[in-house]
Amino acid sequence: MTGRALLSVEDVAVDLPTARGNLRAVDHVDLALAPGRTLGIVGESGCGKTMLSRAILQLLPKQAKLAGRVMFDGQNLARCDEPALRKLRARSLAVVFQDPMTSLNPVLTIGTQLIETLQEHLALDLGAARKRSAELLAAVGIPAPEQRLAQYPHQLSGGMRQRVAIAIALSCEPRLLIADEPTTALDVTIQAQILDLLAREQRRRHMAMILITHDLGVVAGRTDEVAVMYAGRVVERAPTQALFKRMQMPYTEALLGAIPKLDAAPHAPLPAISGRPPDPTRPLAGCAFAPRCRYADGHCASAKPPLSAAETPAHHYACFHPLRLAEGAGA
Amino acid sequence: MMLDVMRAAWSGTLLKVENLVVEYGAGSKTVHAVSDVSLEVARGETLGLVGESGCGKSTLGRAILQLRRATSGRVLFDGEELTAMKGEALRRMRRRAQLIFQDPIASLNPRRRIGDIVAEPLVISGVKDAREREAQVSEVLSAVGLDPALVMGRLPHEFSGGQCQRVSIARALVLKPEFIVCDEPVSALDVSIRAQILNLLEEMKARYGLTLLFIAHDLAVVKAVSDRVAVMYLGRLCEVGQSAQLFARPAHPYTALLLEAIPVPDPDVRPAERVPAGEPPSPIAPPSGCRFRTRCPRADQQCREEIPQLRLVAPGQHVACHHPLA
Repeated sequence: MTGRALLSVEDVAVDLPTARGNLRAVDHVDLALAPGRTLGIVGESGCGKTMLSRAILQLLPKQAKLAGRVMFDGQNLARCDEPALRKLRARSLAVVFQDPMTSLNPVLTIGTQLIETLQEHLALDLGAARKRSAELLAAVGIPAPEQRLAQYPHQLSGGMRQRVAIAIALSCEPRLLIADEPTTALDVTIQAQILDLLAREQRRRHMAMILITHDLGVVAGRTDEVAVMYAGRVVERAPTQALFKRMQMPYTEALLGAIPKLDAAPHAPLPAISGRPPDPTRPLAGCAFAPRCRYADGHCASAKPPLSAAETPAHHYACFHPLRLAEGAGA
Repeated sequence: MMLDVMRAAWSGTLLKVENLVVEYGAGSKTVHAVSDVSLEVARGETLGLVGESGCGKSTLGRAILQLRRATSGRVLFDGEELTAMKGEALRRMRRRAQLIFQDPIASLNPRRRIGDIVAEPLVISGVKDAREREAQVSEVLSAVGLDPALVMGRLPHEFSGGQCQRVSIARALVLKPEFIVCDEPVSALDVSIRAQILNLLEEMKARYGLTLLFIAHDLAVVKAVSDRVAVMYLGRLCEVGQSAQLFARPAHPYTALLLEAIPVPDPDVRPAERVPAGEPPSPIAPPSGCRFRTRCPRADQQCREEIPQLRLVAPGQHVACHHPLA
């Protein structure tokens, strides 16, 4: 962590009542992010990464119960009222979702959606808002931006729609951008373009960014720090280099090992993780990964390992039997 | 046939696709989904088929199984022309060739029990003895790593995505087919489950002596299971080659672009800074000549005018490009 935090998530827990009982979606998470930095949050479906981002944005489902504090620029978002939150989300806290149609209105033109946002929040007049909209579309790599303003979302490809969603998210110069699986629905060549675009705009604007993904490959080259989540908890958190070079948590190792590698020989068996994540409505007494972990023993089944500091700075992990890996191992 | 050289290297050809064209109408326009594709799959081989969404790879897989009829061209399976077959003859052939879908949950009937879902192909193919069916279903469920006693009476919604994909694989295997088209079988699954299913497919291939056409957009996934790989772009094949070789020395600029764009889980590998701009054009109006030319850094006048044909550039490696990479 360098500099003063723009965002700090302090002991945040999210509970969701379900027919099968209480579901602890986020289990006491602490995170901090300084301006201009990128944090990757990695985990598989159901690990709580999206619920955590919604807790930060205060966009949780109505029945959800949030505990802990979400401090953004000195104020606790959990205590803000709806008008204040609306203003914050418009100006300072932007979000890009996996499916761009989540944030785009299908019956309004791209231009209307951008221009309205700019007029509402930056008090620009129509001419200025229109000019700024075209500039934003050009900045996110949309060819012929003037013509695009008159088009509807369905007339664009998935990659182009995601660019429009990014343009809207960036339109009011946010200080924090949360990108929740922004490229999962896109093809690999388009994914690379969108990730490049996000990285470029993030640097240019000195914006803080949270990149949420299931793909360790996406965070490896594009984040300063990474938090790995499993069953609602952050199980390892470290500067990106340290995480890949000296990972401590067996789950992180297993997740990395399970990715097919381009340099592996054809037909080489993959080191798969056996079993599957635990039922979140039936919390385990011990480490949630223990039933699938090859290092687990009786202690792991009965006690929850706390998030503790590794030898390397800013590196934390939640495991009783951390890995002792040499440089470069784990691949 | 240009692929004859390759064919000689294998013990025998199970599947042969010749100049296959699949086009369909979209209003007054025509979608050129598959254009003049020829390929062969040897018995016991896994051919990977990669490409981005809309490149026609799934349509090609379905046209091979006659789930979508080709506009022209031929599909030969074990020497018999599927494209000329109808009715009972085609149904009989279909027992030997099965399909596994991408979405494991949507491809299972939510109201039917797992035991019945997996037994359905046996019912259709006329296995009348219920006990015989149950024995075969049990065997194949055990083979895919599910406990028949526990799962047969349950419904799909009681299972995770990975388990549903195991059920789909069991259903595809129950008729003891020779050939399976796997259409993005792991794309909808989490990383940790994906590896389990890929390993399972490899085990099943060895156990049942299968030949596979493995369709996916993820090159690393394809490489993990394939002997040879075919790369498809906008309805045409760009490159076909032995996997190790194709990944080490791609000859088609599009293959190189795909490889470049994959995010590598290593912070020392900087992401490609210059992935070319642009997106695949519409298959309704594909570019003249080489279909990749609008995104290709090497494109010139020849690429605009002449359709490049697949030709041998290295032993076991064919490329359809006027200016292949050295």
